[in-house]
Amino acid sequence: MTNTPARNTKVMNRFDLTQRLVAGLKDEAVIGGIGNTNFDLWAAGHRPENFYMLGSMGLAFPIALGVALAQPKRRVFALEGDGSLLMQLGCLSTIATLAPKNLTMVVMDNGIYQITGSQPTPAAGHTDLVAVAIASGLANSSWAADEDDFERLIAQSKQAAGPTLIGVRIDDKPGTGTTRRDPVQIRERFMHGMGVRQPL
Amino acid sequence: MAAAEQASSQKTATTWHGIVLQTLKRNEIKLVPYVPDRVLTTLIKDLHADPYFTTFPAAREEEAVGIVSGAWMAGMRGAVLMQTSGFATLANVLASLAVPYQIPLIMFVSERGTLGEFNYGQALVCRTMRPVLDSLAMEHHTITRLDELEFIADRSIKQAVTTQAPVALILSPLLTGGKTFDK
Repeated sequence: MTNTPARNTKVMNRFDLTQRLVAGLKDEAVIGGIGNTNFDLWAAGHRPENFYMLGSMGLAFPIALGVALAQPKRRVFALEGDGSLLMQLGCLSTIATLAPKNLTMVVMDNGIYQITGSQPTPAAGHTDLVAVAIASGLANSSWAADEDDFERLIAQSKQAAGPTLIGVRIDDKPGTGTTRRDPVQIRERFMHGMGVRQPL
Repeated sequence: MAAAEQASSQKTATTWHGIVLQTLKRNEIKLVPYVPDRVLTTLIKDLHADPYFTTFPAAREEEAVGIVSGAWMAGMRGAVLMQTSGFATLANVLASLAVPYQIPLIMFVSERGTLGEFNYGQALVCRTMRPVLDSLAMEHHTITRLDELEFIADRSIKQAVTTQAPVALILSPLLTGGKTFDK
């Protein structure tokens, strides 16, 4: 898996991949990282099991880890951009230590800070984030070769004995929708989705 | 009660770290990620030794904040342990996650940088802590006395949960002994 260089993987589209993921969901939690990652999650169809970040860049995986630890029977997906993950690479080691098997992480890698003007990240072109994940102890990490492979890896992660990380190369398209920036409602609805609370 | 157990229970009731541990437990706070500090050593060791708690190191304090925030939204209470300099890395996550999303983030901060600090950088970073907390209108208390610890910690945790607002509990060297140059 690690022998597949990033450049040999197909360049896909974030919104398309997000739609493919959401289409197969039932009661799974999905944590969307800041910016385009959660804009596309929002546009793929709002559901109360989705949590949309409006800041705290880099914390999609840590937030998802917390959800996964609190509800070990629920599958938790986390969608994060490459620039965001670069801010918090240490979380990969923490996740490898705790190793929740109900956690599936997706890294949307286009090598740029698309939302701030498409500047290249310091990792662009030479840092292999899947290799970083493996070296951090997340053995079950791989690049998705194409859309079918992405769907296969998502399905496979649901049976995995430990956490899964899937790297996807994506294009430079902006997000499709725009998340409604209402943090209290987002958090409250997510808690309803997690079955922690009932609406008033 | 066996003599060893009695000694252990007395230790719990009379040490600051024992009181913190019991207060966490009484308030059903199970998840305790931390970035370590010398002063917190015994508390961290005792948390690891108690199967009630899920406690582990995080690479950064903001990562630990993300973890307990996610856990709380999914029904598990948590608290983060850190040092003053670690708190100084948190302004962004407090302002963009804990405060606006109304998450009862509970933080225990071991205070360095005052009352005998020997590292100028620690003394400076300590001065940023309360202004950051005040600028976000966050609840915070500096705990200096053993006899006030349980009241402040227990009430503050309950207030954080019921008002859905973060709180910082600053553990003063007056309470913990702090870190001195010869250590």
